[in-house]
Amino acid sequence: MSVPALVEEYSSDNPLVQGYEWLMNPMHWQGPEGIPLRALEHLGYTALTLSIAVAIAVPIGLYVGHTGRGRVVVISLAGVLRALPTLGMLTLFVLLAGLGLMPPIWALVLLAVPPILAGTYAGISAVSKDTVDAARSMGMTEPQILFRVEVPNGLPVILGGFRAGVLQVVATVAVVAYINLGGLGRFLIDGLSVSDYGRVLGGAVVIAALAICLDIVLAGIQRLAVSPGLKAPRRQRGDSPTGRETITAGVQGGNS
Amino acid sequence: MAVSDARISLPDSGTSTPQVDAASAAPAAGSGTRPMIEFNSITKRYLENQPAVENLSMTIDKGAITVFVGPSGCGKTTSLRMINRMVEPTSGTITVDGKDVSTIPAASLRRSMGYVMQSAGLLPHRTVTDNVATVLRLNKVPRAQARHRAEELLDVVGLSARMGKRYPSQLSGGQQQRVGVARALAADPPVLLMDEPFSAVDPVVRAELQQELLRLQRDLAKTIVFVTHDIDEATVLGDKVAVFATGGRLAQYAAAEEILRAPVDDFVANFVGRDRGFRHLAFSTADSVPIHPVRTATESERGQRSAQQSRPPSDAAGWVLAVDDAHRPLGWISPADGSALLPGGSLFHEGQTLRRALDAVLSSPAGLGVAVDDAGSVTGVVKAPEVLAAIENARRQREGGL
Ligand SMILES: Nc1ncnc2c1ncn2[C@@H]1O[C@H](COP(=O)(O)OP(=O)(O)OP(=O)(O)O)[C@@H](O)[C@H]1O
Ligand SMILES: [Mg+2]
Repeated sequence: MSVPALVEEYSSDNPLVQGYEWLMNPMHWQGPEGIPLRALEHLGYTALTLSIAVAIAVPIGLYVGHTGRGRVVVISLAGVLRALPTLGMLTLFVLLAGLGLMPPIWALVLLAVPPILAGTYAGISAVSKDTVDAARSMGMTEPQILFRVEVPNGLPVILGGFRAGVLQVVATVAVVAYINLGGLGRFLIDGLSVSDYGRVLGGAVVIAALAICLDIVLAGIQRLAVSPGLKAPRRQRGDSPTGRETITAGVQGGNS
Repeated sequence: MAVSDARISLPDSGTSTPQVDAASAAPAAGSGTRPMIEFNSITKRYLENQPAVENLSMTIDKGAITVFVGPSGCGKTTSLRMINRMVEPTSGTITVDGKDVSTIPAASLRRSMGYVMQSAGLLPHRTVTDNVATVLRLNKVPRAQARHRAEELLDVVGLSARMGKRYPSQLSGGQQQRVGVARALAADPPVLLMDEPFSAVDPVVRAELQQELLRLQRDLAKTIVFVTHDIDEATVLGDKVAVFATGGRLAQYAAAEEILRAPVDDFVANFVGRDRGFRHLAFSTADSVPIHPVRTATESERGQRSAQQSRPPSDAAGWVLAVDDAHRPLGWISPADGSALLPGGSLFHEGQTLRRALDAVLSSPAGLGVAVDDAGSVTGVVKAPEVLAAIENARRQREGGL
């Protein structure tokens, strides 16, 4: 059994020092309960959650953004979803559906849907009317307008919403450890239960680092995916709001 | 070769696109006017009470430029956009080449017509080349071929191939307008709809674009419907001009010359404005105005002249036209002050209209209009009394002819 000792030996009572020592201990970087595997589990839950959330939110966002139909419903629904406490939802889903992988994932999906939905909807509907009109007058069919014009032009905002969703999920996936699943949340939950604050702090730092790395990767993807024509300074009437504003709007209301 | 050409001009031959033979038949402009687009009792109401276009019936000739002109909000854009079904009429039918447009799927109908929007309407995420190639790509022309054609078209509208790699936001307004025209021409559609395409550019560039459109039209003989609220632009471009009154009423529909000469009512008379008499001169050539020789001086000759200033001018007017070595006009030297070079007026190119001849005379400090040939070198001068006589003559002939 290579399980680490139940209570760690630290050289100081300072939790910061303890956290540092915990992170530096090579024992914690190997084995089935080591940081790398836990991080992989963490990413796995994140990816699963986001795939489901994207599959739900993007089609709805595209439809509502393109047609303008059901806008009010979607905006208020996103607001309601944002107000739900993820931990409460998790508990509720587990009580209703039992332990296992999917109940907590669904609770996380509820968290990821609002920013992705809002970003997709806002990105599509912010594409200038003139641009859409031009596309239509050239003889594009409605799906062609959506996928060849609205999506590429709305991409900065759409990806902004997606990044906000990713960050929230990566940070919040830790809660699944609460019901005996894996992921980096194990370090927080287990550390707390044995008052090992070095482990709690170390785990939190790893989660934060993972979130930052993911965001940097996504920012790079965004740079590559967005047409250079949209980056050049544009000063024209009816201009769409910049991605940033909508990202902030999407991030607000994040809770767990 | 023949196959690839056919793909460009008839890329959509498998569908019910109303492709017509305008491009291949290339009828001589003005002759054999056949109807291309017909409005039959078209009414469009956006709101219940007042119509944007009311009971409009008109026929638009094939291979000619028809201009819709009128004050703001009179329904020009609405009428234009009903042709490619960007707006659906409340009642009435529109036919293009004999086919009711409402029976043609909107997307393929639109692909068969070039449309130039007021704001150029370029797709911001695509390069200039890809913007121009858009309709070709929609028509499934292979990418390389579409790009190649797009680059040719950039050249046609006077943009360098270098521009092709830029994005719309990196172009000036005038350049964007040119790209818009190139894009509309790309699929070689028989019909071009142009909604105030030159309104965003300064008068100089605008005049340039107008001349380019006329030059293109001489080769292409498209059926062009052109919207503007500028009567000057209408008379320069239009084979026929439709003057719309507020409320979507067609006030007068006639040749540009006739609109200026004989407006049917006060509305049209007011709309074409105070200068219509002067503008109308643009419809008579100045061939009968005699061109007189003029004293010219090249730079070296001018040097000699100022050296011997005391010598009195030898002809009555005393004005001398300064020219360069290629005999192109540089400016006038006044008899009073032999050294200063006064800027010249507008130039009268031989074969141009009475309007240009008169303007050349009126804008010249010497009261003599400078006439030049195609190469731009001076052939002589025209004089005010003779231009006026020619104007009077033209008027009498018209009266006799009526
Ligand atoms: N989508 C719309 N909804 C309601 N009313 C409209 C709409 N589009 C145009 N109108 C009205 O219809 C009338 C004609 O508009 P239209 O755009 O055809 O005018 P226009 O002649 O092109 O004017 P301008 O020279 O200003 O472009 C106007 O009174 C306008 O307010
Ligand atoms: Mg208009």
